[in-house]
Amino acid sequence: MSKTNSGEPVLKVRHLTTRFRTDRGVVTAVDDVSFDVYPGETVGIVGESGCGKTVTSKSIMRLLPEQVTIIDEKSEIMFEGENIARLSEKRMREVRGDRIAMIFQEPMTSLNPVFRIGWQLDEALRYHTKLGRKQRRERAIEMLKLVDIPNPEKRIDEYPHQLSGGMRQRVMIAMALCCEPDVLIADEPTTALDVTIQAQILSLMNSLKEKLQTAIMLITHDLGVVAQVCDRVVVMYAGRVIESGPVADIFRRPQHPYTQALLDSIPKQGNKERGLRLATIPGIVPSLWDLPHGCRFQDRCKFKEQRCVDGEPVLEDGPDGRPVRCHFPLDEARHPQHLAGRHAEGA
Amino acid sequence: MALLEVRDLHKRFPKHGGVLNRVVGNVHAVNGVSFDVNEGEVVGIVGESGCGKSTLGKTVIQLLGATEGSIKFDDQELTSLSHAEMMPFRRKMQMIFQDPYSSLNPRLTVRQLLREAIRFHKVVGADQVEAHIDSIIEKVGLRPDSKDKFPHEFSGGQRQRIGIARALCLKPKFLVADEPVSALDVSIQAAVLNLMMDLKDEFGLTMMFISHDLKVVEHFCDRVLVMYLGHVVEELTCDNLHADARHPYTTALLGANPIDDPTQRRSLTILKGDVPSPYNPPPGCPFTTRCPVVKDRCHQEMPPLEDKDATPGHRAACWEVEGAGVASSAAAGEG
Repeated sequence: MSKTNSGEPVLKVRHLTTRFRTDRGVVTAVDDVSFDVYPGETVGIVGESGCGKTVTSKSIMRLLPEQVTIIDEKSEIMFEGENIARLSEKRMREVRGDRIAMIFQEPMTSLNPVFRIGWQLDEALRYHTKLGRKQRRERAIEMLKLVDIPNPEKRIDEYPHQLSGGMRQRVMIAMALCCEPDVLIADEPTTALDVTIQAQILSLMNSLKEKLQTAIMLITHDLGVVAQVCDRVVVMYAGRVIESGPVADIFRRPQHPYTQALLDSIPKQGNKERGLRLATIPGIVPSLWDLPHGCRFQDRCKFKEQRCVDGEPVLEDGPDGRPVRCHFPLDEARHPQHLAGRHAEGA
Repeated sequence: MALLEVRDLHKRFPKHGGVLNRVVGNVHAVNGVSFDVNEGEVVGIVGESGCGKSTLGKTVIQLLGATEGSIKFDDQELTSLSHAEMMPFRRKMQMIFQDPYSSLNPRLTVRQLLREAIRFHKVVGADQVEAHIDSIIEKVGLRPDSKDKFPHEFSGGQRQRIGIARALCLKPKFLVADEPVSALDVSIQAAVLNLMMDLKDEFGLTMMFISHDLKVVEHFCDRVLVMYLGHVVEELTCDNLHADARHPYTTALLGANPIDDPTQRRSLTILKGDVPSPYNPPPGCPFTTRCPVVKDRCHQEMPPLEDKDATPGHRAACWEVEGAGVASSAAAGEG
């Protein structure tokens, strides 16, 4: 399951800070986010709406509107020895779609409805490769085959509206993969799909990862999906990374009270708790314009103490030896009940 | 006694086409569905998009007229009632929608929204309307000052609470909840589910809970109907969903649902292909195009929904499901 993190990370994000100019002043949507992605592994970026996961991925792809976006000077996005946060737009176009590709949540709105899918698949190949027209068409059909589209020779000349939701998402994946990128950023790729189609897409992404050694950055709020496909997890809250580590550790021994609360609030499969109240997280995510002084999770945390109000914790190794941003990280003694439950389930 | 009895319910939507825009066919959105909902029970309806679960919910409370079949509520046949005769039942049967924003009038404050419904149905006397609004607002966990705000001033979870308040201010007996938590973040989803559970007990509600999320249904419902392309293919209790499921579609749905435990990683059940178009469903059993255990007979005849084992209330519509023996081969894909 877990890949050994041998060698160099293919993507190294350090101190990524993204701000937006708004009518209400400058707001920091992503604040000092750092993580690595290694070849052939899936890293999950997890959090609720508004935590900054999509802004993180769009900052890496440089897809945010230039006029209002400020990417802080100390931000480093190291890819193949270059800081792509500082690349010229011209150079970035060579990276984007070729070496780093992205798939989006809504496959209907991200495909152009007035062009045949073959034309759209061809676009990346035309721009990034030196293949001739015939070769590109063959390559496009080959990609559609790879993502299990039945009858690709016929489908390639159809329009997006003629395909089902699952097929559109597969076309998006084919488009993203046709230049064999080193990194694939998948932003909620299955959220709009039914579970049977979600299962198809997830297994497809898994097999492509193994075949092509693509590194995948999977952005999702669905912890079930994370548990099934990710190797490592980065948990975000209000623009900050609050915890990260191998997937099994995050689920078994969450160190941050927010991670634990998130895990507790999902209904458990197997029905041992039917009809019982679910654990909830009181309150709501703080507004980015009005962040509390100190820890950003303090108003919703059941372990809040004076120190949490006085100063924001830094991201440092917790009792489990993994980075966590908390003054009082959870250890075995602090959440025995949770651990007992999880262990029993695993047995 | 069953509060709601649905028998052989059909709902067809005409499909127009051609130069003259004549009716060229039908979409059979709900196809011969029969079930009961007992007083105090929560019945879940699950299935993929386009399986007819929302249409079923809307038809049952007569927001859409039935094409054929019978709907009995409190021993009263609803399909033959006139508009005026239906009115008292409209109050008793309420609905909560998936997207609370588009289902609330953006130009009315919460107080106006609730007041309109309460006055129309004369739920309480004119002098008690404001007090009733106050009590409902409190019960759904909104702050008292929310009353004079507009829907756009609330977050998604709070808006869903307003949707719940709007349904419950009429003191209904029966509630259809159509994907009430699907658009919400998990932590908010948990809070709204808890609220619905509390209110169900407090108001003595009977519910139909429509969802595509099996984990939520398993947590919240007593019984579940699994729908596929307009048909109910299996009906079973939620006590032991995973062990009891017999129909290959149900087992596939359960097997495709990712478990939130990385140590129990498994290969998800992969159903081939997509749901067939409802304009042009395959002959026989609608699941034949994707079924792992399909036989010749399945292409010819639609299997009836019938009792498959000793468990009362467990019905499945599948030729291949006879008893426990055959079911194990159908479930083999689950791993």
